Amino acid sequence: MAESMRLAGEAAGLVSPAEETEGGNKVQSAEQSTGGHPVNVSEMERWASSIGGGALAVYGISRLLTNRSLGGAVLALVGGALVYRGASGHCEMYHALGIDTAAGSDNPNVSVRGGRGFKVEKSVTINKSPAELYSFWRNFENLPRFMNHLESVQVTGDNRSHWVAKAPAGSTVAWDAEIYNEKENELIAWRSLEGADVDNAGSVRFESDPNGRGTIVRVTLKYDPPGGTLGKLVAKLFGEAPDQQVEEDLRRFKQLMEAGETPTTEGQPSGRSATAGK
Amino acid sequence: MKALCWNGKNDVRVEDVPEPKILNPRDAIVKITTTAICGSDLHLYDGYIPTMEKGDILGHEPMGEVVEVGSEVTNLKPGDRVVVPFTISCGNCFFCQKELWSLCDNSNPKASIAEKLYGYSPAGLFGYSHMTGGYAGGQAEYLRVPFADVGPLKIPEELPDEKVLFLSDIFPTGYMAAENCSIEGGDTVAVWGCGPVGQFAIKSAWMLGAGRVIAIDEVPERLQMARDEGKAETLDFDDEDIFDKLKEMTGGRGPDRCIDAVGLEAHGATIDALYDRAKAALFMATDRPHALRQAIHACRKGGTVSVPGVYGGFLDKFPFGAAFNKGLTLKMGQTHMRRYMQPLLDRIQRGEIDPSFVITHRMTLADAPAGYETFKHKKDNCIKIVLKP
Ligand SMILES: NC(=O)c1ccc[n+]([C@@H]2O[C@H](COP(=O)([O-])OP(=O)(O)OC[C@H]3O[C@@H](n4cnc5c(N)ncnc54)[C@H](O)[C@@H]3O)[C@@H](O)[C@H]2O)c1
Ligand SMILES: [Zn+2]
Ligand SMILES: [Zn+2]
Repeated sequence: MAESMRLAGEAAGLVSPAEETEGGNKVQSAEQSTGGHPVNVSEMERWASSIGGGALAVYGISRLLTNRSLGGAVLALVGGALVYRGASGHCEMYHALGIDTAAGSDNPNVSVRGGRGFKVEKSVTINKSPAELYSFWRNFENLPRFMNHLESVQVTGDNRSHWVAKAPAGSTVAWDAEIYNEKENELIAWRSLEGADVDNAGSVRFESDPNGRGTIVRVTLKYDPPGGTLGKLVAKLFGEAPDQQVEEDLRRFKQLMEAGETPTTEGQPSGRSATAGK
Repeated sequence: MKALCWNGKNDVRVEDVPEPKILNPRDAIVKITTTAICGSDLHLYDGYIPTMEKGDILGHEPMGEVVEVGSEVTNLKPGDRVVVPFTISCGNCFFCQKELWSLCDNSNPKASIAEKLYGYSPAGLFGYSHMTGGYAGGQAEYLRVPFADVGPLKIPEELPDEKVLFLSDIFPTGYMAAENCSIEGGDTVAVWGCGPVGQFAIKSAWMLGAGRVIAIDEVPERLQMARDEGKAETLDFDDEDIFDKLKEMTGGRGPDRCIDAVGLEAHGATIDALYDRAKAALFMATDRPHALRQAIHACRKGGTVSVPGVYGGFLDKFPFGAAFNKGLTLKMGQTHMRRYMQPLLDRIQRGEIDPSFVITHRMTLADAPAGYETFKHKKDNCIKIVLKP
């Protein structure tokens, strides 16, 4: 689904200079989300745009420049921390949580019902066994270690947890969630409970790569944006590139699992350091 | 501490910056004893590599003494002497485990930038733009080394810095360039570029069984070094039509293996080279692949073109038809450092090679900005500059 959106974005794509500028912003925001300094965007754009619009689509560089071209409603996903600008009206989008054995889209037990909200799916291959990955993820208190927009998750009962996500201006959005489907070392599916600020649900599947190259981790996150001011706030919070944010979360999960830490340059010296002198 | 910072095209300065700290459990801090300026740094200096920022600390050929280690680094301790490779590798991912160290999945904190340009991100590199992580580099008094339990190579006390420093980049790079050629006994290997990388490619080609090595450049002292140190036959591309000359020298067949040790800023006075200059100047293309084109054109049928020279973006008039119809093999990439460091240290210890032969200039870190100018313009017969902080 994410793929079809991307393709739609490319087709819709990227020709007007105005969009190019926004593409630059997208790079910058992605950059900020990784905690580094903003890149020299104008140079990057110049570099990318030197190839010309038509060729860009071919090279996939269009992703740099299609920030706003996906159009449609704002899609936000709390918990996985993302917002996605998606084309609405795709029935595939309302499949349930991407789990065959789990509830279908018409299942009344799903927080975000079929026909409402939006969904993002991402996957990553990690050089660890399903069991190792499952047990780390199953302890939801670990999630904020790689999901940057979560402030905390507190396990409050066997299948229950309390989630707090960061919101603009130091405020937070909170909800309680339950695990409603799980299969050891294979699958975890959760959803927010009645009374959540933002209805949301997510699932993660762990599949051994058939050729022994680690574990394929597939994450599906759904979010039902509230109307009114809160909805706008949440949209603002998750910024311009929601699918990228999920991708970054999964990347950090992989780094943490494989390398034991996430690489960083935050706090290293440079000529920009506050105390740097000439 | 003092560090060499990039401030824009042709503008590097030694500035006072804070000392690096341990940021992750697998980090170490190394006090730099010797470091160098690389041809790759010139691509940054000349503004050819995007995603540089004012204030970035350059340098990726450092060595020194470990002064501090993170809690997860158990194989190093303060006082150890190490050479630090320019690629940063986690050691645990699919790519590291296949010894494709420069393609590590987990060492680039800004992987999303590289993914936009390349589809997938290569490893993080020291001092080499934000696309490869934006890590502070080693032309400084101290360096923070991430995944220090994987990269740095311990150096025995008796070997002086200058003999082992180039294990940080250019010796392994020249060696991998020759290895990528899959040289068969008696092959003729042609090497474009007699800079430091070309010099090590020449020596390595002999080590790997070449029957003949032909080196190409225009700078007299570099050609001289290729003859004297590298025992190569040489061609000056200003004087000779390289294709015709190579064809004639190889009895009409062409060199079996061709190495492009020039990279994206090739010089030349042929029509395609002038065209590249004009296009790059207008920013219609990003790279100037003149030497690479020539290598592909000159290579014999069924031969190999190995590319250690750095390219960043989009190449114009790339003779893919020649590569295809002659059935060439193309091999390239940033060096998989960890594969080569120990075996090449062994060669140094056995006395098979003393890599310090490329050094022409020794300077202090404070003089590094002048060093960049000297190296860039090949003033004063400059081939390789080492810096002492
Ligand atoms: N792959 C890697 O991991 C890696 C590592 C280090 C360096 N490099 C790259 O290797 C290349 C060479 O590095 P270096 O330190 O030797 O740089 P250098 O600038 O000192 O040497 C380049 C040489 O190429 C010559 N040259 C220019 N145009 C030419 C042409 N048309 N034909 C033949 N020769 C030509 C120049 O006169 C110069 O002597 C650079 O692109 C550098 O970025 C790659
Ligand atoms: Zn180098
Ligand atoms: Zn790795």
